[in-house]
Amino acid sequence: MERPSWAPADVDLDQPSVARVYDYYLGGSHNFAADRAFAEQILKVMPAVAPLTRSNRAFLRRAVTMLAGQGIQQFIDLGSGIPTVGNVHELVPGGKVVYVDHDPVAVAHSRAILADVPGTAVVAADLRAPADVLATPQVQGLLDFTQPIAFLLAAVLHFVPDEERPADIVAGYAAAGVPGSHIVLSHAGLDRPLTPAEEAAKEMYRKSPTPLILRSSQEVATLLGDLTILEPGVVATYDWRPDPGTETAPDGDAIGCAAVARKD
Amino acid sequence: MTALSPTPTSWDRPRDRAAERLARSWSLAIAGTSYVSMNGLEVQDFLTALSSRLIHALTAETFDPDDVREVGSTLVATHFTEPTTLERTVAVIAEQFAKAPTRRVAEIQGALAAGYAQALRDRVLDEQEEIRTAALWARARAEESRRVSEARFRAIFAGAAIGMSVSTVDGQVIEVNQALCDMLGYSSDELRLMTFEDFVHPQDPPVAAGMFEELLSGGRDQFRIEKPYLHKDGHQVWTDLVASIIRDEDGEPKWLVAMFEDITERYLLQLRLRHQALHDPLTQLPNRTMFFDRLAELLAGAEEEAGSRVGVCYLDVDGFKVINDTLGHDVGDQLLQTVARRLARSISGDGQLVARMGGDEFVVLIERSEGTDDVVAVAERALDTVRAPVHVGGHEISISASIGVVEQPLRGTSTGELMKAADTTLYWAKADGRNRLALFDAERHAREVTRYELSASMPAALERREFFVEYQPLVRLGDAVTIGVEALVRWRHPRFGVLGPDAFIGMAEETGLIVPLGRWVLHEACKQAARWQAEHGAKAPLMSVNLAVRQMRDRTIVRDVKAILEQTGLAPDRLQLELTESAVMGSGGEPTEALNALAALGPRIAIDDFGTGYSNFAYLRHLPVHSLKLAGSFVAGLRPPEGADPVDQKIIAAVIGLAHALNLSVTAEGVETAEQADRLLALGCDTAQGWYYASSGPASAIKL
Repeated sequence: MERPSWAPADVDLDQPSVARVYDYYLGGSHNFAADRAFAEQILKVMPAVAPLTRSNRAFLRRAVTMLAGQGIQQFIDLGSGIPTVGNVHELVPGGKVVYVDHDPVAVAHSRAILADVPGTAVVAADLRAPADVLATPQVQGLLDFTQPIAFLLAAVLHFVPDEERPADIVAGYAAAGVPGSHIVLSHAGLDRPLTPAEEAAKEMYRKSPTPLILRSSQEVATLLGDLTILEPGVVATYDWRPDPGTETAPDGDAIGCAAVARKD
Repeated sequence: MTALSPTPTSWDRPRDRAAERLARSWSLAIAGTSYVSMNGLEVQDFLTALSSRLIHALTAETFDPDDVREVGSTLVATHFTEPTTLERTVAVIAEQFAKAPTRRVAEIQGALAAGYAQALRDRVLDEQEEIRTAALWARARAEESRRVSEARFRAIFAGAAIGMSVSTVDGQVIEVNQALCDMLGYSSDELRLMTFEDFVHPQDPPVAAGMFEELLSGGRDQFRIEKPYLHKDGHQVWTDLVASIIRDEDGEPKWLVAMFEDITERYLLQLRLRHQALHDPLTQLPNRTMFFDRLAELLAGAEEEAGSRVGVCYLDVDGFKVINDTLGHDVGDQLLQTVARRLARSISGDGQLVARMGGDEFVVLIERSEGTDDVVAVAERALDTVRAPVHVGGHEISISASIGVVEQPLRGTSTGELMKAADTTLYWAKADGRNRLALFDAERHAREVTRYELSASMPAALERREFFVEYQPLVRLGDAVTIGVEALVRWRHPRFGVLGPDAFIGMAEETGLIVPLGRWVLHEACKQAARWQAEHGAKAPLMSVNLAVRQMRDRTIVRDVKAILEQTGLAPDRLQLELTESAVMGSGGEPTEALNALAALGPRIAIDDFGTGYSNFAYLRHLPVHSLKLAGSFVAGLRPPEGADPVDQKIIAAVIGLAHALNLSVTAEGVETAEQADRLLALGCDTAQGWYYASSGPASAIKL
């Protein structure tokens, strides 16, 4: 049964949290023993996760910077997690950024960090319900829906199983934006069968409170529906418009793809 | 926040180039070791600035460890936080400064590592502090909202208008609210000492136990039933109960939450409405709806219980309308109440239902009848109980009733048929003189139905030309020459075949159809007579046509006869109209007006069936009558070969004598034997008709 919105989520620090595990992969210390134990377990069978996380973060930076360069000034970071280095508002000085997460600790931390940062807001909400997210006073108060908005879905939709209709979630956000709005999407998965190590990691996630759903680049493209996918399409995360001067691909066989799509 | 600007102490070109070289190697070494929010070029610039400071530290006369420590902390601040980054940085310094004094290089490496470690420790502690604070804050917030939501829940639970309880799945009540206490009359302490068994009620819906079991075993999450409870003071409380299961983390049923809405008033109202819907307000007996429901139930079960029978007594109080009209409706109502009370008291056996159908009609349904006797016994008891005088409003009223009794197998009948039979039988009882019962007779019923069907289909039959006319010769007794014919109507019925006048003329008189039918017959007969007149001239036979009483009373008869004679061209004296005595005489015994008018048109007038009415010779002499037809019953008296009935013979002789005295001719009907013909001739009778001469037939069969 769905938890009613007025009943708070449990704050159980003995359970690993996606947000804090992600922070640990990025080298942060915004995490607890349970998070680190879980992260270490994953890293043991699949060390590629750490570089994947870094390349995902780098993709987000490149995508946001690119969009800001095109004049987009409004961003909603859906499943923003623990604010860490290279947060969206730091990439777009003067822009407006709403951070959305349903992890109460991540939200509390975000609020502490961003309390005095103008142009930012933090929303405790489940990104799977676009209408609810968009209806929150923070979103309505901060963003101008007559101007393009970039909806950031970085490394979150792989926690949404097919039965929860991830494509509808994407479409729900895209529908709220005027033409020229964008969806920024990165996703775990790959186009070949999993190695035993990857299977093991997936199995660990499956048993966790947040099972991981791997999708192929083709499936990820489907999630974007009829939006216009920008060049170079749905590609490996580190291959999405890599920076000049980045001479090395990340270590290991990072499994994930990314894309930016525009609503016309 | 991304890149802190390292501040070089001084700049010169060779040192810049060295710094760039160092930065390039350094950047290659640490690429991808930590996540930093910079692209490759930015990293290069960032490291170039730091490299300048390292080269400065290497070449300065006195070593300033603080500046190098700051290089270490700057790396951490830019999020070069992975230990690998430091490891490779130290290695790059050793490699790039290989030609420098070992001691200074070691100092640089040490200071950088120290600065890095210090910054990393501070950063980790800060982040741990931050996340812990966030966690505490989130937890406090969660607990606060839980407290609020629990308080909200508690307020809902305590203050709800509906009763609520929480129990363990073992059946132990652990929590109840005030509304439930009020509803059942127990204190919450008392209720908490009770278990599910204490709430089982004999009137629980039969499905309740099964649903309850399913709920507690986890097979279903919720059910809703209407269930009675016993209030502490003994009265019954009806509730709309919704019971839900709450599961633990493993999905096993843990708590049972029940909500009770008191629907006692609604329930009692429903009972009352149901009673009202099925009972007669005046007598409180079951009403016709209930009677028909029960009967329909019986009929529905007829297939299962082959051979079972049913009885219905349809009772009507005799003369009730008169009582109502003379003594008033109040008295009538009280009388009905008395009758109802008596019937209910005397007929109260198992499977016997007394109901009021409406007005003064009552009905008794006898289930599982063993036979007609059973039902007749009940009907007789009903008649007896109704017969006792009733004292109402100072009047002693003697009443009686009539009952139609139907008793038959359930299988093969229907509500409609059964009630129609009962109604018909009641009518028989009334027609037979009231204060009695009549037993349904299927054959009699069938006859009546047939008769009704005939009567109803007659107008259409006339239109469809199902009627036709036959002719029976009238023979002169002296020489057996046919001097006339009697027109006789027949009905070629599509189902019953050819019917004679006896089968339908009576009905036609009742319904009035005799008028158009008679007119049609007269027209047909005159047409035929005109044909014969054309063929045979003066030797053409007389056409004798019957006119019924009803026709004679119809104002158009004279005009009709006149018109038909004109249309057919028949000479009026070739037509004879046969009228019964009652058609000739008015109700006061005087001749009808029509008779004279008809006679004036020219046809002969014959009195049909003479001798069966008053046979008033006194009037006869003044009437425009030409002939008498002796009723067949007299003629039958002449028939027995062993000797004619002397009385009949004398009457016939007298009638013939008188008729002749009045200058009337006499025709004998129904002559079947030569003896009869001989005797009639001997008695002076003029003409005769009957099988002895010829039966009726088509016009073509008449020998002239």
